[in-house]
This record gives sequence, structure tokens and C-alpha cells, in this order.
Amino acid sequence: MEHLIPQLSIFVLACFVGYYVVWSVTPALHTPLMAVTNAISSVIIVGALVAASAATGGSEISKWLGLGAVVLASVNIFGGFAVTQRMLGMYKKKERKAEAK
Amino acid sequence: MTEVIATTPAWVALAYLVAGVLFILALRGLSSPETSQQGNRYGMIGMLIAVVTTLIVHGVGLPLIVGAVAVGGGIGYVIARRIAMTDMPQLVAGFHSLVGLAAVLVAVAAYLNPAAFGILNADASDIATSSKIEMGLGVAIGAITFSGSIIAFLKLNGNMGGAPILLPARHIINISLLIGILVLVAAFQLSTPALFAAIVIASLAIGFLLIIPIGGADMPVVVSMLNSYSGWAAAAMGFTLQNTAMIVTGALVGSSGAILSYIMCKAMNRSFISVIAGGFGGDAAVAGGAAAEARPYKRGSAEDAAFVMKNAESVIIVPGYGMAVSQAQHALREMGDLLKKEGVSVKYAIHPVAGRMPGHMNVLLAEANVPYDEVFELEDINGEFAQADVAFVIGANDVTNPAAKTDKTSPIYGMPILDVEKAKTVLFVKRSMGGAGYAGVDNSVFYMDNTMMLLADAKKMVEAINKDLG
Repeated sequence: MEHLIPQLSIFVLACFVGYYVVWSVTPALHTPLMAVTNAISSVIIVGALVAASAATGGSEISKWLGLGAVVLASVNIFGGFAVTQRMLGMYKKKERKAEAK
Repeated sequence: MTEVIATTPAWVALAYLVAGVLFILALRGLSSPETSQQGNRYGMIGMLIAVVTTLIVHGVGLPLIVGAVAVGGGIGYVIARRIAMTDMPQLVAGFHSLVGLAAVLVAVAAYLNPAAFGILNADASDIATSSKIEMGLGVAIGAITFSGSIIAFLKLNGNMGGAPILLPARHIINISLLIGILVLVAAFQLSTPALFAAIVIASLAIGFLLIIPIGGADMPVVVSMLNSYSGWAAAAMGFTLQNTAMIVTGALVGSSGAILSYIMCKAMNRSFISVIAGGFGGDAAVAGGAAAEARPYKRGSAEDAAFVMKNAESVIIVPGYGMAVSQAQHALREMGDLLKKEGVSVKYAIHPVAGRMPGHMNVLLAEANVPYDEVFELEDINGEFAQADVAFVIGANDVTNPAAKTDKTSPIYGMPILDVEKAKTVLFVKRSMGGAGYAGVDNSVFYMDNTMMLLADAKKMVEAINKDLG
């Protein structure tokens, strides 16, 4: 139980950080924000890797479930970051466009 | 429990912390388009650190794992490259469902093999009580995210009608299910597989039931809400695994989605509860349909529209979901360029809930190469309509309806709207006079003396205007 309090502290403080950081995001970038938060929430792959690489004592099923989760999270990580990058690359300023012409 | 923390090397904990900080920087970068790409790179580095650290600690080089990452990553990358920008809402909903399902799989795996996750209690006889509760919550939120996102995806993708599906007594069913899940999570200390399965099934059911009654207009809220859930699921699993990176990320994503839901609700002047309760768009459509009498309106042609805009000094373009549906953004940008060549000032006005997800219109305009400093948010541009010569409304309706300001009986009353009716001339591109927006409310702007209705498919109309301008 004693590990819970430090974890809870981190969690609560991170919620506050998230609150302030997200309010500073410009509304024009709300769609990329959703795409990138989706990508980073796939950090759950850490848990999937633990399950998939468990060598000892565990059940076979647990390992395969972990592998399945690795696949799903990887779709999200690569897909999420790539689509965010693609979107962000589209946002251009007036000046730069004038030069290109 | 303390044992586990003691055996975790300090550098591992630090690496996860660094990953968490990099994720914060990724979001921080989005405060401006200039810093956003650097931010995204921080996010990728953070993810790389988290994955590599885990692999080093738990055994590197397992070919199966590399294969799994390659398969998943390849699929994800190809989807990300190919997806049309208009389909972003369903892509994001689909991705959310994967996070939810991954959370469920990880929780089940941890339940079956607690030793690998280091969540056994002091005498290693059973899973520690606190871990069980965290796990129960994680699997519940993950399952809700999964089934809810699947429904949202099907609705956004058009595989399922956008109209709300209303079950009788749905509020009672939902509330009892929710209470049931909480009771099950609390009782999960007993740790029987049946209880665990019951949590998963009940959560899948409530995710499904929560989203089916929500109509198309409320989709921006739903997508944001599911975004938030996927974060809370990751955080709960982070508690189970005692992993800082997961806890920090979960909290970030959770609050991000919650804030976006709040912004969307506020932009529609609706309470979060009423959106979740669902049903918006269904009943109102019937009422609006009956009220819509055949009132006189002026119909214009592409030629007329081109003439009016060519002779204007300033034009404000108001795009909505209809523009996205007909893929008119590229033609629209061309129109803007032609007008600018004539010396007309062109700006774009975006309502927060235009489209099917937050910021949807901005991405579409950016895709069509509209410079982002010509695109303005509601509060920044609303004062300018009174001075504008032309408001060019394309595929937007409810967000321009003055009834929101004047008619207390209107379902959209109180919603902040773009004041297009104040412009000298309003050009309103709409497919036909019937079917007025998602809310099904008739718009008095159609019948004003200074409004010209351009009845056609948005893209075809804009292309015709471009021909006359060119």
C-alpha cells in the first residue's frame, strides 16, 4: 500500500500539468492534439511488453495476450505519431506560401 | 510490494520519468504551429525511451516482440499515410478503441501472470489488494473505451446511422450498470475469474449503451470523451504496474480529453450530462421539420455569387461539416486565391464545433494550403462580420443560426454563433432548402433580404464560382 501515495502524488500533479498545458494549446491544433494524445496513451505498450516477455512461471495465454496488445499499441504509436506529423506539416503561414509561389 | 520498488534500478525509474516529461513537452509544443513539429518529435523520443527501457529490463531481442511491433507499426504507418483528412474523426475513434482493447488485454495478462508484473502481495500467495482494485478499474475503463469507440467509429464512418438510438429506460439501465461495475471492482478483492469476466462484460456493455443514443451533432464531445477515457485507462494500468511514464501520460491524456469535451460542450451551450444522456437531434428534427413552412427566399447562381464577391472589399468564409462531406476545401482555397488576386480581403471563421471533432475544419483548411494566419476562431472574428461585405457560408448551418440568440424555445438557444447575418451580403451554400442542419432547426438567415441561397453541392458550386471568377 505504501507505494500508492507517491504514485497518487505524481498522478495528481500530472493532472494539473495536463490541465495547464492543454489550455495553452491553440484551438487550430485540437485535432493534432487528439491524434498525439492518442499516440502517447499507447505507452500502455510498456505493460504489453512486460506480459509478452515474461519467461518464467506465467501462463502461455498471458504471453499471447501481451503480444496481441503489443501489436495494437504499435498500430497506435506509429499511426498516431505519423498522422500527427502529417497534419502538422500542413499548417503553413502566409509568408512561406508566398515564397513558394 | 516494497520489494518490487527496491529491485527496480534507479535508472529505470528515471528513464520512465524522462519519457513522461517528453510527453508533456509534446503537448506543450502544440501551443503554436511553429513549435508543434518539434513537440511531436519529443513525443516520439519519449515513446522510444519508454519502450527501450522496458525491453532492456524485461529481456531484449525476442523475435516475437520485434515481429509484433513491426506488424502493428507497419499497419499503423500505412493507415496514417493513406487516410483522407476528412476521415480524421473516425480514424481517431478507431485508434481510441485500440488503446482500450490493449488496456483490457494487458490487464487480463497481468491477472493471469501476476508474478511477471510484480504485483503479488507480501507472501506471494495472491495479487495485492491495491493492485486488484487498480486493475479492476483499468480493465473497466479500457473496456468502456473499446466498445464506446467502436460505436463512435461505426457512426462516424457511416456504417451505422448517425441518428440517436434510444432504448426505453436507458438511464436506469446505464446507472445500474455503472453502479454494478463499481461494486464488482470493489468486490474484486475476492479475486475470482468470474468476477473479473463480469467486470469486462459489464463495462463493454455500458460503453456500447452510452454511445448509441448520442447523435451526430454531439460527436465532437463523444470523440473527446473517449480520448479522455483512453488516458484514464492508461493511468489505471500505470498504477498497477507502478510505472511513472504510464501514470503521467494517462493523467495528461485524461485531462486533455476532458478539457476538449468541456470546450465542445460550452461551444454548444449544453451540459456534459445532457450530451451523455443522449438523444439530441432526434426529437428536434421532427419538430423543426413541421415548423418549416415554405417561406420566400432568394436563390442565386454561381455567376451572381462571383459578381458579388469580386466587387466586395472583404469576404469572410464560414466552413462547416458540409464542406468536409463534399471535399470542397481545395476548391474553396482556390476561390480565396482568385478573390485575393482581385484585391479582396479573405478570412476564414471557424466555430469550435464545426465538423465532427475539435479542430476538424482547421486541419481541412490546412490540408488545402490555406495559411493558418487567415483562419480565425469565433471570438476573434465575430466582431468583424458587421464590417464585412460578404459572409460566405459553406456547409455550416446551426453555428450561424440567430435563433440561438433570440429564440428561447429553440434547441440551440444560448449556443454562441457566428454573426453572419450582420454582413452586408450573406451567400449561403447549401445542398437544398430541406434538411436544416443536425439540430433540424430552420435558420432565419435563409430568408433575409440580403441573403442569397446557393443551392448545390458545395464543391460543385465553388468550382462554378471559380470558373466565373477566373
